[in-house]
Amino acid sequence: MPNSVAQNVRTFDTRPEATVAIESPLAYSYQRSKAPKPNSHGRKGLVVRERPLLGHLILRGGAIVLDEALREELGINLPGQPQGLVLDASGERSVQWLSPDEWLIIVPGGEEFELENRLRARLGDAHYSIVNVGGGQTVLELSGEKAREVLMKSVVYDVHPSHFPVGKGVTTVFAKATVIIRRPTEDCWELVVRRSFADYCYRWLLDAGEEYGIGVAK
Amino acid sequence: MFYIHCPYCGEHREEEEFHPKGQAHIARPEDPAACSDEEWGDYLFFRDNPRGIHHELWVHAVGCRKFFNVTRNTVTYEILETYKMGEQPSITAEYSDGRPAQDAADQASLREGVRA
Ligand SMILES: [Zn+2]
Repeated sequence: MPNSVAQNVRTFDTRPEATVAIESPLAYSYQRSKAPKPNSHGRKGLVVRERPLLGHLILRGGAIVLDEALREELGINLPGQPQGLVLDASGERSVQWLSPDEWLIIVPGGEEFELENRLRARLGDAHYSIVNVGGGQTVLELSGEKAREVLMKSVVYDVHPSHFPVGKGVTTVFAKATVIIRRPTEDCWELVVRRSFADYCYRWLLDAGEEYGIGVAK
Repeated sequence: MFYIHCPYCGEHREEEEFHPKGQAHIARPEDPAACSDEEWGDYLFFRDNPRGIHHELWVHAVGCRKFFNVTRNTVTYEILETYKMGEQPSITAEYSDGRPAQDAADQASLREGVRA
């Protein structure tokens, strides 16, 4: 367990160097439930796709100091406004407002430990906290013309484009679970779900999307 | 559908996302060891139960998870305003239409109320 930059904080890489088989939180669901093939409507067809094993970090602290560190280390501005979601140019890395002192960073899998260390080095003695929550949650991507229809059946939040533009993300109730819903691009919705709720949300989506011919991309 | 304004999220959110947490503005005694049993018991267990305007603590449990205050009418169930922790209500039992000018101006930005 290598020492972190700040001597009073112990950090470790949650990805082992040894080759150990890693499975997505939905491995069980794919086996146990069905995984209908995406239909042939091309880009318009309703598709759910898991983005497993990404790097998730929860960043807490004061907005001003975190914003500066994040811009230096990730090249992304900290969304200062409630419900803000900011992505980098590639769309691979994002920062989302969760609460007045809490943000969710999602980066490609494998980048999170290095990013955490760089942020710790830059933040130094500032009052902050970084927690790797990647093992506890996963991302489901919902795309297609009918994606919003499925969400309207599933969440209490108003997902009309006038109320939920691109670049917004909220924590709310999805079916009987708590999820983070985000809109990174015009035609794609992301659900950040807890690992233990992944199977439930997956099967809910298959059920809710059945009438629109939902398919699963792997 | 019933919407409550979360002063931290800055928007109206579905009631299902919130939990009530009892009476607001209960100050912990500065020196608990110096309290009599009665004072400490009052602080721990005894709460107001007014007919009319009441100030309550709520938490946006499935949203930002912040606690905030609600001024609510216990007869009509109407939520009159919501405001952040550390702030004072602009509507009270004495001033049910809002406190007089100076105070009201200070608090005007906080009064978002509820949309049902
Ligand atoms: Zn909130």
